Amino acid sequence: MSLSACTKNSTASPATSSGSSAAAAGSAAAPSSAAAAGSAPVSAAGGSAGTIKIGLVTKTDSNPYFVKLRESAKALAATQGAQVIALAGKFDGDNEGQVTAIENLIQQGVKGIMITPSNSAGILNAIKEAEAKGILVIALDSETTPVTAVPATYATDNLQAGVLLGKYVKAKMGATAPKIITMDLDPSASVGIQRHNGFLEGMGLPDGTPPQVIGSALTAGDQTKAQSAMENLLQAHPDVNVVYSINEPAGRGAYQALSEKNLQSKVIVGSIDGSCSGVQYVKDGKFVATVMQFPKIMAEDGVKAIVDFAKTGTKPTGVINTGATLITDKPLAGIDSKDSTWGLANCWG
Amino acid sequence: MTSIAPPKARGTDRAKEIFARSPALGPTAALIVALVFFSIATSTFLNLDNFSTIVGQTVVVSTLALGQTLVILTAGIDLANGAIMVFATVMMAKLSMQMASSAAILVGILVAGGVAAISGLLVTRLRLPPFIVTLGMLAVVTAVSALYSGGTTTDVSADSTLTLLGKQITIGSLNISYGTVLAAILFLVMWLALGKTGWGRHVYAVGNDAEASRLNGINVKGVLLSVYIVAGIVYGLAAWMALGRSPSADPNAFQTGNLDSITAVVIGGTSLFGGRGGMVGTIIGALIVSVLRNGLTAMQIDSNYQNLATGVLVILAVAFDQLTRRRSS
Repeated sequence: MSLSACTKNSTASPATSSGSSAAAAGSAAAPSSAAAAGSAPVSAAGGSAGTIKIGLVTKTDSNPYFVKLRESAKALAATQGAQVIALAGKFDGDNEGQVTAIENLIQQGVKGIMITPSNSAGILNAIKEAEAKGILVIALDSETTPVTAVPATYATDNLQAGVLLGKYVKAKMGATAPKIITMDLDPSASVGIQRHNGFLEGMGLPDGTPPQVIGSALTAGDQTKAQSAMENLLQAHPDVNVVYSINEPAGRGAYQALSEKNLQSKVIVGSIDGSCSGVQYVKDGKFVATVMQFPKIMAEDGVKAIVDFAKTGTKPTGVINTGATLITDKPLAGIDSKDSTWGLANCWG
Repeated sequence: MTSIAPPKARGTDRAKEIFARSPALGPTAALIVALVFFSIATSTFLNLDNFSTIVGQTVVVSTLALGQTLVILTAGIDLANGAIMVFATVMMAKLSMQMASSAAILVGILVAGGVAAISGLLVTRLRLPPFIVTLGMLAVVTAVSALYSGGTTTDVSADSTLTLLGKQITIGSLNISYGTVLAAILFLVMWLALGKTGWGRHVYAVGNDAEASRLNGINVKGVLLSVYIVAGIVYGLAAWMALGRSPSADPNAFQTGNLDSITAVVIGGTSLFGGRGGMVGTIIGALIVSVLRNGLTAMQIDSNYQNLATGVLVILAVAFDQLTRRRSS
């Protein structure tokens, strides 16, 4: 899963035509401090003089989104005379694990720490501790609460991502009255709420559950849960014509339930996230569209900012929107989008 | 241990005895009550198509729970079953790119059996508690799945043997998937094995009192190991069913498969202390959970309350087990 930000400046997503997208299976396991290639071999703790140490704390190790974040950070660091030490929580919401990771990174003498905060408030003390030692802490992908707990946040504007999908679906529907089922995250996660409300805003509807939303389910972004929830909702609402999903696994589960009932051709399924398997679903015509976010850009911008801080002492500020792009093979006039071929070249996971 | 029970009304004694003899009776009654209630309370619940949906939803968790039942009958617990199943789905999906789908499925099933056998060996040879062994195994297998797959989902083509169990047999508005048929056959085989064979009697005996079983000449270690291996093979079959239900192997899926299967077993009246319960109760227990979710969704009740209801049921089931057990021991 992935996560949250809130600003209003649309950057055209740079078409970083990276040749190597697919995650090399089993690249880095749990706490691994990969020695940066290129520089002198790192021997004992402490590293070689001149290597800038950067900590990265993701929510989990295994989620392909965070794998992409980690790999992108390591790849760019290697070109900047820096080294990334990647740690993670054990599960989404593992605050204790993230606090431990920050404490261990402080011990290792890092110049900066990039963190995707699990529970936004849970890690504030650890962040203060790091900053007291002169370490620059920045948030990636999700905001801390309050957002001012760190000087800078590099993230997708999730509300805007939702709006992109909503506008497209509205245009696609034309005059047909929407009957929407939403596959949501959970009641508390800001990213789920932002994407959901953004989608409705794009559709020209009020937040929450207006009458056009005929059913909703909390899926935790899990394919199996989404499939069962959609099957149950279809019993009462076989007249659905739009499905919004918080992420692609939830969308996949919903699509599976629709295809069991042969409803897939009557229902528009849209998603958000931009994983490679999600883009493939767009290519296969199973999703009408998905909205891609760019963990690679978050990681690279974060590494650059910390390297810059180590060299010049300047800190980045504010919430930096790393962009979101609509991916569809059925483009509509007046709506910016890229096709699935571009999507597959730029996707994550 | 015999204790003189204080004299009580004979009616409750009789009832307790009946429930003690057939632990599936309580859950069956609960299921019937739920079915009747939702049929009256909502207009969309009572139809064959909806029942097909409910049964389809329970297939994977039911199958995991069949294996879990075996382990729990021996007074153990398996926290790794969901992880083993997920590992098997990832293996099947990835191996099918290098070999025939049927061979990949077979390898996946055997590996699942092998991994569970390691748990069984640790429990029998090193005398480690099953809770701890399978807790460790959960972490190990989850990590191995993540490493093996790079954390990414592997989609499988919809027309291969891998997804065969998703195919439906349609009779009127009743849809039965091949996966459901296989789960039903598996249930029958395991029910017969437990109820009608010497091996089944030994499983119950070991669960009731391992030491007494040993003194009676039962090969306790052998029985325990066989239970873990059979359970593992069942998890492997569950993996094949999961691919039929959803044609993609996601290493992050089924994170609560272990707890969901334990929930089904417990609601089904199988005792966590071992030696009491069985396959019928487990299937009923899995159905109760799905019926609740489906019916409460039809009543427009939100998922949080659905989870709450499931939790209350688990506690009630265990309390019920304790009450009837005290009388019958």
